[in-house]
Amino acid sequence: MAKYLLLKHYRGAPAPANDVPMDQWTPDEITAHIQYMNDFAEKLKTTGEFVDGQALEQEGTWVRYDGEGRPPVTDGPFAETKDLIAGWMIIDTDTYERALELAAELSAAPGKDGKPIHEWLEIRPLYGSAPTITE
Amino acid sequence: MDEALVRSLTPAVLGILVRRGADFAAAEDAVQDALVEAVRVWPVDPPRDPKGWLVTAAWRKFLDATRAETARRRREDLVDAEPEQGPASDADDTLQLYFLCAHPSLTPSSAVALTLRAVGGLTTRQIAQAYLVPEATMAQRISRAKKTIGDVRFDQPGDVATVLRVLYLVFNEGYSGDVDLAAEAIRLTRLLAGGIDHPEVAGLLALMLLHHARRASRTDGGRLVPLAEQDRAKWDTTLIAEGVEVLQAALARDRLGEFQAQAAIAALHADAPAAEETDWVQIVEWYDELAKLTDSPVVRLNRAVAVGEADGPRAGLKALAELDESLPRYSAVAAYLHERDGDRRTAAKLYVEAAGKASNLAEREYLTRQAARLNN
Repeated sequence: MAKYLLLKHYRGAPAPANDVPMDQWTPDEITAHIQYMNDFAEKLKTTGEFVDGQALEQEGTWVRYDGEGRPPVTDGPFAETKDLIAGWMIIDTDTYERALELAAELSAAPGKDGKPIHEWLEIRPLYGSAPTITE
Repeated sequence: MDEALVRSLTPAVLGILVRRGADFAAAEDAVQDALVEAVRVWPVDPPRDPKGWLVTAAWRKFLDATRAETARRRREDLVDAEPEQGPASDADDTLQLYFLCAHPSLTPSSAVALTLRAVGGLTTRQIAQAYLVPEATMAQRISRAKKTIGDVRFDQPGDVATVLRVLYLVFNEGYSGDVDLAAEAIRLTRLLAGGIDHPEVAGLLALMLLHHARRASRTDGGRLVPLAEQDRAKWDTTLIAEGVEVLQAALARDRLGEFQAQAAIAALHADAPAAEETDWVQIVEWYDELAKLTDSPVVRLNRAVAVGEADGPRAGLKALAELDESLPRYSAVAAYLHERDGDRRTAAKLYVEAAGKASNLAEREYLTRQAARLNN
């Protein structure tokens, strides 16, 4: 009973086995890929393991405080940023092994030629609540 | 209408329906429908026998629902069977329901959800909020759990240990959202203890009461306050007295178990007017008992802390050296013992390491603050 964040990267993850950019797939391959992701999320809803999932736009901006009464300072986007998050899914599973199993399933989403991408996903445990009984 | 009374009756009513032959999911729906009717009717026309009223109403709802479906023959069979209440008592029905909801075929998270729903009478929304998942996710978890146990026969004896593990999990989750899971776990364990004479059920109840008694002192504005620094004036003496009494009665039965031993340790802490007056020697003895009952490395880790208090930090470090360094909270314990031993630099380094491995935010912040204190 713990929550895990599955992070999908636009950039920054190690190269996958089936490393062909999406713009070189056929439209049907793209449809199949998206369908796979949606089906995966739907399946997790029925197993009672889905918490949240969102995709992010490619471009973001850096922002910071600039002192009392002054508007926030923005900068970027920086094209050279190595790590770029594409989206996430949060799952709630009984075991870490189950979370790995699900992440691997998501990583098998089809890409070029309908073959699994073998995309590297990053898995990060969420902090749980402090247990009542510790000693 | 007395909501607490109604919720305490729910499991027995559900248990009776299931024993009469209703399948679990249908019985649960029927009980919910009966509760809705009770909310409407009782304020105007309070029943003399609330449980009898609920059983009758729920059974009627169940038959209506069954009639609405095609299982006409099945319904007639059940109507024929109705007058036979069988020899089982209400306490047995409640108990069977606990067993069913903690059935070994369920995963821990499913068992927890089903227990809170069917035995606790919480709404799916409340359970979802408590576990910080969407309501739809929790609804699916519960509905799958019901299917999983759909074929389990209701008259088979269950294992109390599995029920206790589920209740322990609920209690340890603490307090989040609108639902006080610790209080709910205590309520359900109390109800169970009322229906079954078992020293470990009493042991778990005592353990919960003794920990719950310290709740007000355990955090300060969200910050974790360790046992030694807790304001003992904030401890709930009524809960402590009850916990100790329940524990003593259980220990007198001379069938020691894991929860009784844990409760005994909690009772020794509760008994000390100040942290310095804690009877660490006895606590070490209880950890030895506990280690015999469960071969848990966590127990031996906690034992090392107790040894450090009873026989000095060197002895604690020696006990710690026998354990696997990859254990959760190992470096936190090592940090604490090294500081007690006067080695502030090693302690600070270990606190940083421990903070990096903490499994919850409150603990990480506490450990980081310890490191900062030593570095300044």
